[in-house]
Amino acid sequence: MLTPVDTLRLQPTRGFSRVLAPRELWRYRDLAGQIALRDITVRYRQTALGGAWAVLQPIGFMVVFSLIFGNVAGLSSNGLPYPLFSLAALVPWTFFSTALLLGSDSLVANSALVSKIYFPRIFMPAGVIVAGFVDLSISFVILMIIVFAWGFVPSVAILAVPLLVAIGAAAALGIAAALSAINVRYRDVRYVVPFAIQMWLFITPVVYPSSQIAEPWRTLSAINPMVGVVEGFRWATLGTGNAPWDLIGISALAALVILGAGLAYFDRVERAFADFV
Amino acid sequence: MSVAIQTHELGKSYTLGVKGPGYGTLREALVEAAQRPFKRERREKKAKGDLLWALKDLSLTIESGEVVGLIGHNGAGKSTLLKILSRITEPSAGYADVTGRVGSLLEVGTGFHPELTGRENIYLNGSILGMRKAEIRTRFDEIVEFAEMERFLDTPVKRYSSGMSVRLAFAVAAHLEPEILLVDEVLAVGDASFQRKSLGKMNEVAKEGRTVVFVSHNLAIIQALCSRGILLERGEVKTDAPIVEAIDSYLRTLERAASDDLLERTDRDSRAYDETLVRRLEIHDDSGGHPNVVVAGRPATIAVEVTEHLPTMECQLTIVNSLGQPVCTLDSEMSAPVDVREDEPGTRLECHIDSLPLLPGRYRIDVIVKAKRHIQDGLQAAALFDVEPGTVGNRPIAAEAEGDVVLPHSWRLPA
Repeated sequence: MLTPVDTLRLQPTRGFSRVLAPRELWRYRDLAGQIALRDITVRYRQTALGGAWAVLQPIGFMVVFSLIFGNVAGLSSNGLPYPLFSLAALVPWTFFSTALLLGSDSLVANSALVSKIYFPRIFMPAGVIVAGFVDLSISFVILMIIVFAWGFVPSVAILAVPLLVAIGAAAALGIAAALSAINVRYRDVRYVVPFAIQMWLFITPVVYPSSQIAEPWRTLSAINPMVGVVEGFRWATLGTGNAPWDLIGISALAALVILGAGLAYFDRVERAFADFV
Repeated sequence: MSVAIQTHELGKSYTLGVKGPGYGTLREALVEAAQRPFKRERREKKAKGDLLWALKDLSLTIESGEVVGLIGHNGAGKSTLLKILSRITEPSAGYADVTGRVGSLLEVGTGFHPELTGRENIYLNGSILGMRKAEIRTRFDEIVEFAEMERFLDTPVKRYSSGMSVRLAFAVAAHLEPEILLVDEVLAVGDASFQRKSLGKMNEVAKEGRTVVFVSHNLAIIQALCSRGILLERGEVKTDAPIVEAIDSYLRTLERAASDDLLERTDRDSRAYDETLVRRLEIHDDSGGHPNVVVAGRPATIAVEVTEHLPTMECQLTIVNSLGQPVCTLDSEMSAPVDVREDEPGTRLECHIDSLPLLPGRYRIDVIVKAKRHIQDGLQAAALFDVEPGTVGNRPIAAEAEGDVVLPHSWRLPA
């Protein structure tokens, strides 16, 4: 049962009142769990390879990037084997880009629900991101196997991984929430997002190390939250190099700002979703 | 008795865009945003002019335990009111105080995911309807039993027949225990025995002292279930009375609507493309006489006049009895060799019936006109007509005949 009988006043709301109402989110927590569970189950149910997709995408990119950027273009990898160098970045990147892609479409894809029942709408983009943790865990395990196979031993730095994932997830949720809300009114978002994600890949040090960028731009570039996440992931999983705490710190701040702005925007427009979707 | 729902000057407005709701392009929004500082005044004026009030100044009190039927034409605001009460959309003015847990019976299978199994969907759907996980677990067996589908629990719902999906959806919803139940036109589906079972369940819910707000076009069901009727017209309460009175009042508005110029009707099918509109609809006895008065068993013709000619128009007519229950549908898309498609363009569609097999009484005709694979126009109660007693197959109709139809038939009897 939901909370005992109390009177709820339904009236036009002003200001921030919905997403940022913890009581409301808590009240619907079971639904949040079911939505995330559904997203996870459905993602693998009808695909022949199921969970393998979580691995194939970053591995595929790793092979292609190693051939093109590592061999042909000869990009620096800070002295690391290029495949490892790129895979350690591709694992968090794939999590982030998938979260953006699916998250920004989540409200429209669930329009039948949004127009028929009430629930805190933020569950839709958030559910996608939670479901993404499963993919991330699988690909992380594969990454670690390859790391060990290559003879690397991660240091205690690996304990930073949850923090890095949290930064990436916060940024993804902020952006996906805002985009999913815009998508309800302007379906242009659908076309913009895949394109923007590709561009974003190249402004993030996935195929090159951020050490190639001159200061102060290297430090400044960390306002792109994925800079800190990706560089942090390399350091944490490969156990080499210096801790890029400067990048991680700036990226964490940037992610928090993005999360706050994204949720605030989502909150402003949420009340009208059912009228538009 | 305590109050379950109280609304105070509740209103909901929609801005009518040129392109209708939903699709604006980002470019338009950006252009408008850029121009906004320069034309604030004009914009505001325009915005006000384009407001459509789907609900206006609605002040209602519903006591807990009441079973209330909401009736009215399409677009009268019934669904908007339910949407506000179920928090799907926010009101634009006034407020509604809702006391107690609200549950909605939704359209079939809303929130069902085709890839998930019946079992998984029970949990998903249950929590969508507001049940706790533990609650679903304790009622799981009951739900499965009610839906009669133990064998298919682990089959993905996409392999279910539509009847099975409906049963499952209703079974989940029926085991929800809200203090306030909102029902929007869901019982129109499913096979007859399941419908009866669902109605029984609804009755049970009502008797348990829970509050039910019920929307349906099926007046017979409304009359059977509800004690109080609220007739909405253009977003306002027209009648709020015991159910029989409210239904009478509604039937009178239907009559008036059917006698008005059909082009003036605003309660048209919301899916329609409106490239051509139904101007007039009439049924007449082929041997002459008043339009919309026909004799049982005689040949009759239903004529539909539309405003514009469109290539390959199709027409679907549904004859509905006075309690809102459909009697039959005549659909030109289900074509037969006897159908004639003229060579000339035109605006008149005719449906001929050799021998009208209806019992005496009052009926209405709902019409949908299609062309270019879209619904072009749709109207409920485009015409009302009376069937006078007559003979069917030379056999008089018994005065105490039950039902709506009379079939031509013959007997073989012992001496």
